[in-house]
Amino acid sequence: MNVLEVKNLRKSFEDHLVINDLSLTVPDHTATVLIGSSGSGKSTLLRCINLLDTIDDGSIYLDGKEISDPEINVDEVRKNLGMVFQSFNLFPHMSVLDNITLSPIRVHKVSKTQARDEAMTVLRRFDLADKADQFPDRLSGGQQQRVAIIRSIAVKPRLLLLDEVTSALDPVLVNEVLSIVRDLKSDGMAMVLATHEMGFATQVADEVCFLKDGNIVERGPASQVISAPQQAETKDFLRRVHEAGRL
Amino acid sequence: MNNDSPARDNSGRALSWTPSQRELERQASRKAIGRKKALIATLSSVIVIGSLIRLIVTSPGWQSVKDTFFDWSYGGEVLGAVAKGLVVNIRLTIIAAILIGIFAMILALLRTSRSAALTPFRLMATAYVDIFRGVPLLLVILLIGFGVPALRIEGLTNSVLILGTTAVVLTYSAYVAEVIRSGILSIHPSQRAAARSLGLSSSQTMRHVVLPQAIKRVVPPLLNDLVALLKDTGLVSILGVTDAVRAAQIASSRTFNYTPYVTAAILFLLITIPLTRYTDRVLAKSIKRQNAQGAA
Repeated sequence: MNVLEVKNLRKSFEDHLVINDLSLTVPDHTATVLIGSSGSGKSTLLRCINLLDTIDDGSIYLDGKEISDPEINVDEVRKNLGMVFQSFNLFPHMSVLDNITLSPIRVHKVSKTQARDEAMTVLRRFDLADKADQFPDRLSGGQQQRVAIIRSIAVKPRLLLLDEVTSALDPVLVNEVLSIVRDLKSDGMAMVLATHEMGFATQVADEVCFLKDGNIVERGPASQVISAPQQAETKDFLRRVHEAGRL
Repeated sequence: MNNDSPARDNSGRALSWTPSQRELERQASRKAIGRKKALIATLSSVIVIGSLIRLIVTSPGWQSVKDTFFDWSYGGEVLGAVAKGLVVNIRLTIIAAILIGIFAMILALLRTSRSAALTPFRLMATAYVDIFRGVPLLLVILLIGFGVPALRIEGLTNSVLILGTTAVVLTYSAYVAEVIRSGILSIHPSQRAAARSLGLSSSQTMRHVVLPQAIKRVVPPLLNDLVALLKDTGLVSILGVTDAVRAAQIASSRTFNYTPYVTAAILFLLITIPLTRYTDRVLAKSIKRQNAQGAA
């Protein structure tokens, strides 16, 4: 069963076509990794899937149901989608625990005690239990992003969207965030993630898609796309990543 | 200097190391510069303020101004009446502030909402804000204070106090609504995106994520408006409400001595200056907090 199907998606901003006839399938419990330069359309694709941006053509299906239908209740759709942003976007006026339990309590109508218990269980699992009552500005970037990930999975989404979740982090903090993503992957969480971390992409990806100018130029297992790319554009991109010391 | 005292850094904290010769020299020269600056500040203040005072007290009309505006024995005599009037201003300010808060919040929410059903109300709120921000408060007070009783609608109040308060509330709600709205708009769109991506509806996002942050941000400017509101309640005296301004007016018209006005001014200052200082402190704190957040 496919969690996500994107068919012939197009999205433009003004005259600029950011996503151009892109199709993508994500089977359940798998991770699809999007790689490519900034501006290749990775973030826009994720925002379109989460209905934060309105698409210009094509269709998107979540669990077989078309979510790109304008009649659809977007709040219902988003109950099944988790999204993590590059800049964390924690709510600064709420404690870590309140950040995590806001949606379970308000949207999913879970009781306050149950939501808190569940949140504490996850916080403990990822060594953040002592931060539960802290406010986000007291946490390091890595801790903030881990909390943001926990917040996004607290509603038990069908699919997790991760948008360059380590790009705003100090290099030494990257790994603590990636390890939580790896754990979620082994839990069987289906995910689509955009990243510049090729080593990490190789570890978690069931499929790697190389995007250029809003389309997927090359796709396949990491062993092919990252280790033995076929297309000239993919080779060129990976060469430049390598030169920048990021491979 | 006592050699036993521990070496200190520039903010006076004890040092955990022995400062170098060069650092000691630097500290000494910083101290010398500081002393020089303090001397200049004192001198310039004495010269400027001193010459201003001299200009006033040596002016040909000073003696008569002193007698008609600064007759402290008469000032003491009317203090009770003016202070009683000020209580009216304070009560009016408190009641008006509560009503303004509610009304302005509704206006701001209407103006920032995108709901199709609320479109007529959004247009009305926009027109309302445009009109009441653009008309002088004094005019609104006169129009309401004299216009509404002229309608002679059964059951509608003729109390000048209530009508005056209504006029103040109507005008200030428009100002305050704009302050709140600017606070709402100042919250970064990524906060809204994060909340919506968690499945919160647009009104839940407003209530739980945007508004709490927006209100925190607009507290300092709103405190400024509170100070202005207290002063502007003095304008309702034009309708005959016996507030501090009106009480002073009555007292001075009896004797043709203007000291009661000065008395009223001083009483207003006794409240507004501490309030303004407090506002500055709140503002400084909130700037510090926001900067700290930016650095995190």
